[in-house]
Amino acid sequence: MKKNKTFHKKKVFVVFLCCAAMLLGLTVRLVWLMVVQSDYYSEKAQQLHERERDIKAARGKIIDASGVVLAANKTVCTISVIHNQITDPEGVIAMLSRELELPEDKVRKRVEKVSSIERIQANVKKETGDRIRGCGMDGVKVDEDFRRYYPKGSLASRVLGFTGGDNQGIIGLEVKYEKYLKGIPGQILTATDARGIELDEVGENRIDPVPGYNLQISLDTNIQLYAQQAALKVLEEKQADSVSILMMNPQNGEILAMVNVPEFDLNDPFTLNYTVSSNQISQEEKQELLNRMWRNPCLNDTYEPGSTFKIITASAGLEEGVVKLTDTFSCPGYRVVEDRRIHCHKRTGHGSETFVQGAQNSCNPVFIDVGQRLGVDNFYKYFKQFGLLEKTGIDLPGEASTIMHNPKNMGLVELATVSFGQSFQITPIQLAATVSSLVNGGRRVTPHFGVSIQSEDGTYVKKLEYETKDGIISEETSRTLRGVLESVVSQGSGKNAYIEGYTIGGKTATSQTLPRSAHRYISSFVGFAPAEEPEILGLCIINNPQGIYYGGTIAAPVIRGIFENVLPYLGISKSG
Amino acid sequence: MPLRKPVEKKADGALFILVLILVVLGLVILYSTSAYNGRVKFHDSAYYFKKQLFATALGMMAMYLVSRIDYHCLVNLAPFCYAGALVLSTAVLFFGQEYNGSKRWLALGPLSFQPSEFAKLAVILFLAYRMEKSTGKTTGIWFMCKVMLWLLPIVGLVGTNNLSTAIIILGIGVILIFVSNPKYLQFIGLGAGGIAFMGIFLAMESYRLERLAVWRDPENFEKGFQTIQGLYAIGSGGIFGQGLGSSMQKLGFVPEAQNDMIFSIICEETGLAGAFLVMVVFALLLWRLMVVSTHAPDLMGAMIAVGIMGHMAIQVILNIAVVTNTIPNTGITLPFISYGGTSVLFLLSEMGLALSVSRHKKQMRA
Repeated sequence: MKKNKTFHKKKVFVVFLCCAAMLLGLTVRLVWLMVVQSDYYSEKAQQLHERERDIKAARGKIIDASGVVLAANKTVCTISVIHNQITDPEGVIAMLSRELELPEDKVRKRVEKVSSIERIQANVKKETGDRIRGCGMDGVKVDEDFRRYYPKGSLASRVLGFTGGDNQGIIGLEVKYEKYLKGIPGQILTATDARGIELDEVGENRIDPVPGYNLQISLDTNIQLYAQQAALKVLEEKQADSVSILMMNPQNGEILAMVNVPEFDLNDPFTLNYTVSSNQISQEEKQELLNRMWRNPCLNDTYEPGSTFKIITASAGLEEGVVKLTDTFSCPGYRVVEDRRIHCHKRTGHGSETFVQGAQNSCNPVFIDVGQRLGVDNFYKYFKQFGLLEKTGIDLPGEASTIMHNPKNMGLVELATVSFGQSFQITPIQLAATVSSLVNGGRRVTPHFGVSIQSEDGTYVKKLEYETKDGIISEETSRTLRGVLESVVSQGSGKNAYIEGYTIGGKTATSQTLPRSAHRYISSFVGFAPAEEPEILGLCIINNPQGIYYGGTIAAPVIRGIFENVLPYLGISKSG
Repeated sequence: MPLRKPVEKKADGALFILVLILVVLGLVILYSTSAYNGRVKFHDSAYYFKKQLFATALGMMAMYLVSRIDYHCLVNLAPFCYAGALVLSTAVLFFGQEYNGSKRWLALGPLSFQPSEFAKLAVILFLAYRMEKSTGKTTGIWFMCKVMLWLLPIVGLVGTNNLSTAIIILGIGVILIFVSNPKYLQFIGLGAGGIAFMGIFLAMESYRLERLAVWRDPENFEKGFQTIQGLYAIGSGGIFGQGLGSSMQKLGFVPEAQNDMIFSIICEETGLAGAFLVMVVFALLLWRLMVVSTHAPDLMGAMIAVGIMGHMAIQVILNIAVVTNTIPNTGITLPFISYGGTSVLFLLSEMGLALSVSRHKKQMRA
């Protein structure tokens, strides 16, 4: 038995000391890691554990003048799979391809892809989503989401517009009021384990989404429906390409209806509203056709207004004092301006007539004379004063500008044609807004839909304000003009718009589109009621009608039909 | 050898209590760390815990039994233990089960057994036996080499598939030689030689050099993943930790967190304070083992105790050094705390051995 000598004990102590020293060194190392570098490493670790998920905010509704919801949200589901949670891949593939009606190989590709989360399909109906969730299969995730929904389908499609995949506005009011409607998306910060599975026990950091504000608009669903019905009727009867009807309040610029038939289905905006003859159209061609379908002809396109523009010529002439109602003119059926012979629509001529009669007859020579009396500079001054050269400022995207001659290049011939509404182009909304401003006493109004922005619970309301400009013509001229236009309907070319018991002012127009040789016409009528104090103004434009194409014959009755319904609806009583 | 009956004394109570503390602490931390992996892999949060508990129970029994046996008898059995360890280590090369790419386990029905853990204990006993039995000088270089030669077969066998354990066995051998030899200077030479050898060894295989590169900059190497995840866990702990059970890194980020990297989870959950306490408990354990060694009645007992101390110290220090990326990564478990049934069984047996030595503190007759 060997002895445990002192040097043995000393050496054991040395070994122990070495070990203790090393442990101390490691403690220093730990202090370095856990105190000095703690922030660095814990931040890195946090980044590794946290997943951010956006929660969509509910988009604000669009509500009509009487509270009818025109654009709302409905719950849809997004179906995804989490690869490494799937326990029964075959079952999942079979179930998903059955429920989602997708080809099996497509689903298989997604399911078998090694990724943390793979989206199978978005915008799935809630019932389908519930059924899939009900299957309770591992690794299948059903997320609820909002999707824009338009309860009235195609009603005012080009006005309301629609939203895209991320619920962002694409056209119409949806774009214009995007910042109010969209709300603020929320966020879920969740901790996940290394497989990317969210940990319930850790809890989530949730920032709630703020829903978007509701937008109340001046459009009235009932008036829109009346107008749409009337438009569809004339569209069919006249086999026209399209019919646009605009109804607005001339006093404040609120638009009550804006119809462009054929409309398209807002809940399915990527399908053309007509069948394409050839199925073999390319993606680009299809997009081109869709873009064309989404255009709002009331403001995205310009046209030659024709005789309805005589209202502007008359206003300028009366305001400038170059013409009085009693002035007499003679119409031989044409007027020679410089070297050009410009015909009246009545080739045989209207003979001798007063200015009022000229207006009733929509006599071109009368208005050519008024134009010539005004001269280019004066006429141009009034264009500017009436706001014709600028955009109206309507709260819809893509408004087109007026296409007018440059005053420097405007000779007497051009002046003559402009006087009766030819050789230049404006948008229908510009015509309606200008006429409204001329008949409302001379206050230029901004045509608009948006009335107010409000939170869902009504705690926040913001009235939307629009620019107006007083005195574009005198009250006196405005009153005179209303009288002239009233006589056009009661005695002249607009008599088809006459309704017993109401005073209605208006003006018809029949214009030929370019090229003239195509013999395509645009028939239109602008009318307002009551003539003494207009509360509603309507503009009907029929594009390329077949058969009879006179505005007075086919467009005026459309406005009459709508007024017959809408005037009582608005509570405007018959004046004895 | 004259028969001397040692006085029946009580075993070292402090050592026993420290071991108990470590065992309980180990089980708590192991459960906390392995619950996620158990749930994910075996649908049972307590999967690892239950297995470890079973091994711990066996180990406690073994510790008790060994502590009741006179260590002299056990040392006399050392050659058989050593032979057994050689046989088992050979067997594992042919019949071993693979797990995580290493062939280290022998199946015994439903249980599995890691011979290399047994080898450490066998080596401690065998070296004590050799030193007792060697008749010649035990201070010369020649004796040193002889001891090393005795170790070579087991180091070679274990080292073929478990380099870390081979290093531990070598380390134990070096410590025992160091203690048995009154000189110091030649050990400094030996240390220098060892470092030179390590350098050549590392340079021989490029993948070992890569380990060095990973060690220096773990964030930019794919193989540094485990290391960097451990560092994230340690850094996240801060001073007081995230709270027991609240580790995020154990949720699959630190791979197999219940194994070698468990100390990083201790850091994350209990902070610098908890990690320091664990280290203090280990230091106290080493201190008690030193006391047992220095108070041992004979060289045999002293050698056994210091061998156990060396074993414990090497594993604790290397493990923490690896987890904190103080040294390049190598797979060494943290005694009593890391998951491993065989490991805990033999560690507790070793503790039983140390307790047995402590019971024979004083000889009846000098």
